[in-house]
Amino acid sequence: MSKKPVQFTLNGESKAVFVDDGQNLLDVLRRGVGDLSPKYGCGQGTCGACTVLIDGEAHLSCLTLAETVEGRSLSSTGGLAQGAELHPLQDAFMRHFAAQCGFCTSGMLMAAKSLLDRNPNPSRDDVVEAISGNICRCTGYEPIIEAILDAAQNGAGRRSA
Amino acid sequence: MSIHKGRGFATINYPIGMNLGGDPSQALVHSNPDGKFGVALSSIDLGQGMKQVTRQIAAETLGVPVEDVYVDTADSDTGPHCMGSFASRGTHRVGNAVIQAAKEARSVMLEAAAEELEVNAADLETDGKGNIFVRGAPSRSISTGEACGAAQFKQGKTVSGRGIFLIPLSDVDPETGEMTPVSCYAHAALVVDIEVDDETGEVDVKQMNSAYEVGRALNPRMVEQQLVGGAWMGMSHALWETTEPYYPERTHGPADFNQYLMPGPGDIAPHDIAILERPAPDGPYGGKGPGEMCANPVLPAVANAVFNAVGVRIDELPITPEKVLRGIKANGGARPQGQR
Repeated sequence: MSKKPVQFTLNGESKAVFVDDGQNLLDVLRRGVGDLSPKYGCGQGTCGACTVLIDGEAHLSCLTLAETVEGRSLSSTGGLAQGAELHPLQDAFMRHFAAQCGFCTSGMLMAAKSLLDRNPNPSRDDVVEAISGNICRCTGYEPIIEAILDAAQNGAGRRSA
Repeated sequence: MSIHKGRGFATINYPIGMNLGGDPSQALVHSNPDGKFGVALSSIDLGQGMKQVTRQIAAETLGVPVEDVYVDTADSDTGPHCMGSFASRGTHRVGNAVIQAAKEARSVMLEAAAEELEVNAADLETDGKGNIFVRGAPSRSISTGEACGAAQFKQGKTVSGRGIFLIPLSDVDPETGEMTPVSCYAHAALVVDIEVDDETGEVDVKQMNSAYEVGRALNPRMVEQQLVGGAWMGMSHALWETTEPYYPERTHGPADFNQYLMPGPGDIAPHDIAILERPAPDGPYGGKGPGEMCANPVLPAVANAVFNAVGVRIDELPITPEKVLRGIKANGGARPQGQR
């Protein structure tokens, strides 16, 4: 198996890694560059826990071939907070008790960020649609939906970071 | 084809923990040199809030700010024995063990403070903000940090405590078979409104209204959150989830999340919850445990609602469209039972 060099930016930092043929992006992020914020849930694109943004668009990193992100700009939950200051979405998730075990939270945050970045004033249906690819086992979704709507009201979507 | 509205109701008495083998849990509490406290548990927090609640319980009992307590859970190498996080037993069992351990540690802390202040330990009180003072003479005081430091560096005392919860084993009466399996019950009632499509057999949950009696809600927001999430699980068990859809035949079982059905964010129903607090005499600060009962009443309530809507009595979960449709056909059509 040959290795391919791949360069991309992750949360604003340049990364250069060698990837195997067919290696998925989630594996490269977690094991290759050490960003553990995207989670490995099902490994087949059903649970959404591995969601990251590629050029601002939500993607399932477990189903994305790592070599396809050459030259692209990636964001993960690991880059949301600015130092000690939480991203408005993270803050809203905390205030609305939108995490219990926390395993889906990373994917939920990225799905929500992708929504708010393109639609700063979403309806409840827009929010439901945006997180419909993400499974949560604990919260019953309601606190997550409320957190995202609240973050939108507080201008999370108009923030550039 | 028509849509039939139905309403179902269920009430439950839910046992907190169980009395098989005494249902033990242990806790160890000790102060670090800076007067911050560690609580060692092997009990597991899967997100229900055990860490937060035991932290509050320890702080309340010790008489120190909640920020001064750190709870270390889920390591059976370093934490004392716990039966586990199940049967809604965490808050009640582990909480009681933490109280016992924290009381012992508090008494050492107060003895150390008494020695420093040259007073009787029985005359000391804590203000919950990190100070120990002489009752009636608040100016005679020492911080909890200084008292713990003096114990460990001057007086040669460990500020520590051990706690265990253990129920006496209940003997079985040889004549009647009667025993006391449980010492503490929580209670709930839930009403669910649904719509059933008699052409597809689909059940749509429209609204849930519930009342839960959970002893004292030690952390009200976390209790509420657990009830919201638990009701979703109940809905999921009632209408979606199964590993064996045609049990005992093993066919058509789901192999992954594509086939294992659960309600998504678009399938949830509004849920109004009333939390009733009736502190349990044997609970930590009156707390019981929401736990499993968050999900339990939803299942029979949905089954009753389906009967109310179309007259089909389904006694095997989940209540799939196929089962509803077969029931409607067997009855020669939907038989709405009417609203009372």
